[in-house]
Order: sequence, then C-alpha cells, then structure tokens
Amino acid sequence: MAEESYPDDLLYHPEHDWARIEGEEATFGITWYAQDALGEVVFYEPPEVGTRVSKDRPYSEVESVKAVSEVYAPLSGEIVAVNEKLAEAPETINEDPYGEGWLVRVKLADPSEAEALMDAEAYRRMLSE
Amino acid sequence: MLKAIGAGSLDELFADIPAELRLDRPLDLPDGRPETEVFDHLAALASRNAHADSELCFLGAGMYDHYVPAIVDAITQRSEFLTPYTPYQPEVSQGTLQAMFEFQTAMSELTGLPVANASLYEGPSSVASAAYLAIGATGRRRLVASRGLHPHARETLRTYARGFGAEVVEVGLAGGLTDAAELAAAVDGATAAVFVQNPNFLGAVEDLERLAAAAKEAGALTVAAVDPITLGILRPPGDCGVDIAVGEGQPLGGRLDFGGPSFGFFCAAEEHLRRMPGRIAGEAADADGRRGFVLALQTREQHIRREKATHNICTAQALNALGGIVYLAWLGKRGIVELGELLARRTAYARERLAAIEGVELLHDAPVVREFALRLDAPVAEVLERCAADGIAAGYPLARDYPEHPDGLLVAITERRSREDIDRLAESLRAAVSEAVGVAA
Amino acid sequence: MTRPPATAEIPAPQQRERVVTIFERSAPGRRAGTVPACDVPERPLAELIPARLLRERPPELPEVSEPEIVRHYNRLSRRNFDLDTGPYPLGSCTMKHNPRLNERVAALPGHARLHPAQDPKRAQGALELMWRLERALCEICGLPFASLQPSAGSHGELAGLLLTRAYHDDRGERRTKVLIPDTAHGTNPATVTMAGYETVKVATNERGGIELGDLRAKATGEVAALMLTNPNTLGLFDENIAEITRIVRDAGGVLYYDGANLNAIMGRSRPGDMGFDIVHVNLHKSFSQPHGGGGPGAGPICVSERIEPYLPVPRVVRSEAGNGAGPSFAFDYERPKSIGRLRGFAGNFGVFVRAYAYIASLGGDGLAEASETAVLNANYLLARLRAGRAGRYLPPAFDRRCMHEFVLTGAPAKRELGVRTLDIAKRLLDYGFHPPTIYFPLLVDEALMFEPTETETREGLDALADAIEAILAEAEEDPEILRSAPYTTPVRRLDEAAANRRPVLRQGAGGG
Repeated sequence: MAEESYPDDLLYHPEHDWARIEGEEATFGITWYAQDALGEVVFYEPPEVGTRVSKDRPYSEVESVKAVSEVYAPLSGEIVAVNEKLAEAPETINEDPYGEGWLVRVKLADPSEAEALMDAEAYRRMLSE
Repeated sequence: MLKAIGAGSLDELFADIPAELRLDRPLDLPDGRPETEVFDHLAALASRNAHADSELCFLGAGMYDHYVPAIVDAITQRSEFLTPYTPYQPEVSQGTLQAMFEFQTAMSELTGLPVANASLYEGPSSVASAAYLAIGATGRRRLVASRGLHPHARETLRTYARGFGAEVVEVGLAGGLTDAAELAAAVDGATAAVFVQNPNFLGAVEDLERLAAAAKEAGALTVAAVDPITLGILRPPGDCGVDIAVGEGQPLGGRLDFGGPSFGFFCAAEEHLRRMPGRIAGEAADADGRRGFVLALQTREQHIRREKATHNICTAQALNALGGIVYLAWLGKRGIVELGELLARRTAYARERLAAIEGVELLHDAPVVREFALRLDAPVAEVLERCAADGIAAGYPLARDYPEHPDGLLVAITERRSREDIDRLAESLRAAVSEAVGVAA
Repeated sequence: MTRPPATAEIPAPQQRERVVTIFERSAPGRRAGTVPACDVPERPLAELIPARLLRERPPELPEVSEPEIVRHYNRLSRRNFDLDTGPYPLGSCTMKHNPRLNERVAALPGHARLHPAQDPKRAQGALELMWRLERALCEICGLPFASLQPSAGSHGELAGLLLTRAYHDDRGERRTKVLIPDTAHGTNPATVTMAGYETVKVATNERGGIELGDLRAKATGEVAALMLTNPNTLGLFDENIAEITRIVRDAGGVLYYDGANLNAIMGRSRPGDMGFDIVHVNLHKSFSQPHGGGGPGAGPICVSERIEPYLPVPRVVRSEAGNGAGPSFAFDYERPKSIGRLRGFAGNFGVFVRAYAYIASLGGDGLAEASETAVLNANYLLARLRAGRAGRYLPPAFDRRCMHEFVLTGAPAKRELGVRTLDIAKRLLDYGFHPPTIYFPLLVDEALMFEPTETETREGLDALADAIEAILAEAEEDPEILRSAPYTTPVRRLDEAAANRRPVLRQGAGGG
C-alpha cells in the first residue's frame, strides 16, 4: 500500500476527494486517508462517459470488503474519461491513489469553483483536527 | 454476582425502567411445566391433525409429500449445524459456509443459471424479491404476472409491490397454459419483469423460451418460479432465456411442517450478481494458502449497505438449505432424472385413470409432470369429505383461488404414491362423485 | 487456563485436512438413494412432454454413496463452532440454549407430516397451537392482536411498514419518511427502502438514548413511522421512551418496535405499554429457535387496535362451539383492509412449535426469570470487564448500567497497543469462545457488543472475562500474536478482499 501523502499540486474536498486541474479539465480521485479508511478496495464501477457531475454531490461508490464509500465531485462538469483499469484491478486505488488510481476526468463547467477547495496544507490540518 | 456488579438487588438492575412502564403483575401465562407435561401437551395438540402418515396424501399446491431420506435428519440435527449463528467469523464456520457453497452449486446446476444465493425464506416471497431486483435493475415499475403463478406468489407480489411502488398486471391462462398472445400484448416499455411458473399452478408445463422471448423484446426481465424436483427432466430455465429462477425448495428434502420452515432459492444471470438478495458464499484462501469459504459480496447486504441494500434479509433458511443439498447429493445425478421420469409416468397414469371416472374430466390437457387439474360434476367440498372418510386427502380445491374453476381440483403425485395408491384414489373418487351426484340429483 | 498456541508452527489437525466439496468426491455411477421402480406403463418421456421442453443432459449433481455423504457432512460439521459446544456472546443475537425437547415435538408426525393445504377442520391442533402462541406473544408484548406469518425479523419489519402504509393510506394521508436512530440495525433502513419510504436518522444523546430535541424537530407530518428498539443496540433502556412514542404519535406517526432485544425485558416491561403500535418478535432469539447457521427463524408481529384491520391474511380465529364441544379454530380470509399475504401458507409452523414448547416450558415466571438472568449476566460480565486490562483498553462506550447486552470500545486498545477489535476477536477464537459482535453499532469506534444471555453460568462468564484479560496481556507483550490470530481454527484468516475481487460462487465457475 501507498505511504500517507497529500501532494501539493492537488486541491482537496472535505469528503476526502482530490482534484488535479489541467486547463479546462480536471482529474478526480480519493485521498490516501479515504482509501486507508476503506481498506482494500475490491470493486469500483465508474459512471458512464457523458454523465454530468455536480460539486459536493456523490457521483459513484468505492467498495471494500466491509464498507461502501460514496465518492464526491470536488467540482462540477461532464465526464470525458473514466479509468477502465479499475474494473480489473480496483486495488490500484489503494496502491496509487493519486496516480494510476485516478477515477474520472471531467470537463469543468465552472473553473471558479476551485476557489472553494482546500490546498494540501489546509486538508492536512482538517485531518489532524 | 450482585456484589461484583455493585447492586443491592436484581430490581436495581432494572432501575432505568420508569415506574409507570414496569409491569406490576406477573405475565398472564400458564405456569411453566416439566418436560414430560410439555411433551404430553404438544403431543395432544399434534394428535388432532390429520397428517400424511395417517391418510393418503394427494395434496400439492406448492408443497409435496416426497420421501425425506433419514440422512437428511441425521445431518441437520447435528449440533454443529443446528445451533451456530450466521457465519460472520468464517474461521469457525467453514462447515456452514462450505455447505452453502455446495448448495449454491447444486441450485445453479438445476436451473442452468450461473449465480445462486444461499437461500431466501420460501417460494412466494422469493418471487417478490425477484420483482425488487427487477425494478432496481430496469428502473421500470410494471410487473406482468401469469395467472399460472401460485396464488400465494401473486398475492405476495401485490403486497410487496404496494410498498416499493409497482403495478401488477395479470395475464390469463388458455387451455391451462399462459396465454402467450395476451402476455406479449401486456409487456411494454414500462414493464420491469414478467413472472411465470413452471410447471404452473395447474400443473401444466409452460414454454418458457417463448414467453421469455416476448419479455426480452420489450426489454423486460423474465422471472420463472420453478419446481426444483422437476428440473431433472425439464429444460433448465437458464437455457430458455430466463433471467431469474426462483422457487419453493420444500420438495428437496424438506418436511411438510404445515407450510414451513422450508427455503426459497434465487438464481440469476451473471449480470444481476450485484443486485442479488441474501447471503452468498464464495471461495477464499487463508493466510497459509488453505482453501476455505467466506460470505462474499457482503456490501450488497443490509448490515453494510443499509438503506441501499439489495434486500433487507438477514436470517434466511440456512439449515433447510443444508437439508436441500444433502437431499440432492443423496438423490444424485441419476436419481433426479429417474425421479422426474417416475413422477411424469405416474402422473400420466393417474390423470388417465381419474379422467375415466364418470363425472370427472380434465380441466386442461396440457402436458404435466407431477400435478394436474380436474373438473368434477359434483360439489368438490362434499367429494373431498367422502374421500377423507376413506382416509384419502384427494386434492386441493381450486374454487377460492380460481373462481373461474369453481368445480376444480388439483391432484399431486409424488414417488410415495404408488400405483396401488392411485388406484385407491380412483376408486374412492369414483364412489364419492357418484354418491354426491346421486344425492344432488 | 492454558494459553493456546501463539504461532502457526504446529497446524491444528483440521488444518491438515484437504478441503473437498461433495462434487469433487463424485465418481461416475455412484449413488446413495434409489427411486422406486416404475409400476405404471413406462411411456417415453417425449410422449408425455414435448421434447423441446425437456432437458438434454442431466444436471451435474453429485454421484456419491450414502456413507460418503454422511462422512462428508459430519466432517464438515466439525469445522463449525456451535452453541451446543461453547458460548456465543453475540450482541443483538440472543444466542441462548436451544432445548432439545423442541426438536422432539417439532418432529411429531402431527406437526412434521401435516400438509399446509390440509382442510383446517382437520388441522385443529395446528391452528390451536398458532392461536395460543399468538396470545402468549400478545401478553408478553402488551398488544392485543398478532400475525405469525413473517418468516424472520426482517420480514416482520417489512410487514410493519406495509401495515403503516396501509394505515396512512386509509386515512388519505401521504407520508414519506421513517425515523430510525443512528444506532439502528441494518435491516431497519433496508426495510424502509423496500417499503418505499425514505430513511431519516435521529441522533443519539450522551446517555445513549434518543436525542429528544432532534426527534421533535424531525417528527413532522411527513413521518410515517418511528422504528426503534428498547433497550437499544447499545443495551441501554431509554428512560424517555414514553415521551418518545408520544412525540411521534402526536405527529400522527406509527410506532414500530424491533423486538430483537426483547430478552432484556420479558415480564418486566412491555413495548405495548411503552406506546408502540407494532412489535416484531424474533422467535430465533428470545424464544430459543435454533439459528441453524443462518435460519430458519420467524418474525411474528403483535399490533395495536388501530393497526389490527390491516394485518396479513389469513388470520387465525377461535370460536366457541355452541354444543358443549371445545372451541374450534379457523383461517379467516375475509379482511377487506388486510395488506394481503407476505408469503405462502401460514408461516414457519415448525418454528412456532418450538417457540410454543419453550414458552409452555418456562411459563410466565420462567420467561421473567430468563430476562432477569440475562440482565444479571450481562451486568456481571460488564463489571468483570471494567476491571483489569479490559477496563483500561476496552472501556464501556457509555458509562451506565446496561441491560442484557453492552458495548465496549476498542479505541484505546488500537491507540495504545496497536491491536484492533478484529484482532482481539480472532484471538478469542483460539481460546475457544465465539467472539462478541464487532463493529456494530456504527456509532461506537472499534465496537464490541457482548450479549451472554441467561444460558451462561457464572463460571462461564468468568472464563470469558479471564480469556479477554489474557489476550490483552498478550497484546501488551507482542501485539503481533493477535494480528496473526487465529492459529488453531480449521482455517486461519481468510483473504476476503481477493474473494470479493474475483468471486468464485459455485463449483466449476468460470468453466473450471
């Protein structure tokens, strides 16, 4: 499993989801804290490409043996790509939550929503409280 | 012990109960009694029931007087199977979990569908559980049920449907079989699933493939309630395009027990795996690489998924399902085929002999396996009374469930009903009908 | 007490057994049972049933002899820990002794061989038993009417919410929500959804009871019902229960009581008197029906007068004979407001027989004593576990007297010893005990819920407390002992993640 980390180049949502913004698109995933709380991920079914996601609303679920966790969209937009690899190897979410374990890629509806998200330091602070 | 707790009296332990809620009198129940008296009391009650050892039983309607081999009781009465809890600690529950796995395999084999659960309560509520899956899977709210489905299943379906918000529409029978044209007309783009039974309640063998095709064309699922004992000879529902096969498991090593406990089975196509209700055992390896079994896909279930669970079931019918797999192992690959053949032949013989009686005719002449329907030219209730006086439970009257057949009688055959028994029934029925007609005339 | 092995070096005898399924034991041509010879004309099947409706190949059922079946399942049985062998202090499960008399009376031919479609006039013993059981449950619950039809607690819960819906529909009221505490058993919210309602959670206060302010805020005209159990899943009796039921009743809601914890209060207090409309009773909990590894059970319901019209059919009715003969019993289907049927026939009759025999054996006094002893045992065990290492590492979640069960939190053990509740549970298996319920209720971190029941003796409770003390001492010395436990069970910890990622749910799955 991955070591605990919260990369500085990401933005964070209080429901333990991250966003990597690249121009008009962003990639979403769940943080190290989230995958650690879940335990070994055994199943992830991504939403369909074309689905609209809304900031602060859940858009899919991640399952471990004994728990199911909703995944929240840090920002609003339309899904343009999903991580197909997770169907065969859902444990990638545990092994590499910020890299190979990405969940969806979204075309942003309103990039200014990013202002409401936390940076890595603020997220780490939230976790320690 | 009270001292260790730090309480002065037992009453103190109940101090949290407000005074006005304390029952200030003893429970108004008979006093407790020693085992010998309790036994006598229960035995006295039992003696006032006419049962299948005290008379010849041709009753069916979903539960049947099959022979339960002695090893079923010997195994299901073992403490180690009878008294443990649900296998939440798999390391000490391998017996139960492996038995579940074997049971699932057997039901999957019989129905020709790849995924089976470890049991639901019984037949009719399993049909309703299939409806719950179908509305979740399709997002549609209309359920189309054949009148050939057991009346209890149709009623249960309606009761549940009022809860999860679905409409139940009934399709009639023609010549004892589901009216295929009526079914095709009833299925539309709002239909979540079609429900049929095979053999149906009137004993007729349905053409599942044709009915399932009609459903599929409209994008609806097909749910077939099937009699497991007939699956040795009838085409498995999975091979007929059926999506979900459910049914009453009592014929597989279950007692009659005045209707329960028995078990329901639930088998489905692979795509419905994650919506399956109930417990499912799966294979696993332990820390040293040993083969074992665990409860699989628990995230479907209520204790984890809560309001989004695929079903609310917790306690099911594990012990009865164990009886089922023991029975199927006892009957075996050849036995289930031979049993099916014997039932079909004896049923054909019985149907012929009874239809030859004056005042008795077939209600339909569709193919049957183990049960068939007659029409009597005499009041059915009276005929049954006379047969009962001969020591025979001649059949199940159809009038209440099928008002369109007020003179209908359903007769069931098992391997316990020999040719002689059938001849005896024929003779008794002949006499009963002619006497009842004679009186009426 | 001898300490069980703390390593996996010497495998337990059952661990050396090769695991084989009944299918893998098959050899072509073997069989156990034989089918009677055909004594009627042996007509070809295809003459009787069109060939295209027939199976082409036989199902791949086992081909084994009777001795092989017996050995197989006997061996399998020994891979189970069971209640007849040792204690099962599972919270919320009420694992009390299953009297063997119950099996004997259930097996009487008048019960076991009675067909459900038998004419009720010729099944008077069965109907009378059902009627008497209903009356007994009504007296215990403090509600006037009953139905034995539901097949388990969950089924009873569904019945209760469908009754609730019928009640409101009859009044022309549209209500969409059901209130449940955040400590509720998972079947409650699952049932709410199946019954077409939306779950609304009510908070728990510091004393472990319902937070009244939250309840008052949420008890609106949209609320169809409140589902509660009292004592709750924390084993605590809510002193405000009368106020709670009043609040919901005043808002027009129905009060539903989950009877899972009835074993705490039989003969002392009654849910009907607390103000509940509908109670389900788990016959496989308080009334000694064996659990069977996951059923059968039964979940009969007792209801108030205002709910009675909607009860499932058929109802069991008793009429006095006019002619000096005894009373007679019948099934009544003429109930126009009934919600209908929830299943086939009358329910799990074999379970009714066992529960009735249990009630007849104990009587009113005996049932009250059973509850008293259950509460005494739980409090004693709690007192033992408040001392020593358990007191330090597994403190009670709520500092209160408990009823028949109690919840400890393993948060200090996790923090200070690096062992989780799961690890403690697994090591307890090596000591010959079934662990308590773990990770429930969700409200408590690293929860352990103990319900010893009245069956355990003082010595038995001491042994359990001693074992937990010993395990915590092991954890202080070397936490890895717990994390790799169990060592002595038929299998060691199983890789559930792998089992769930690539599920193998039957023999020969995936073409194997």
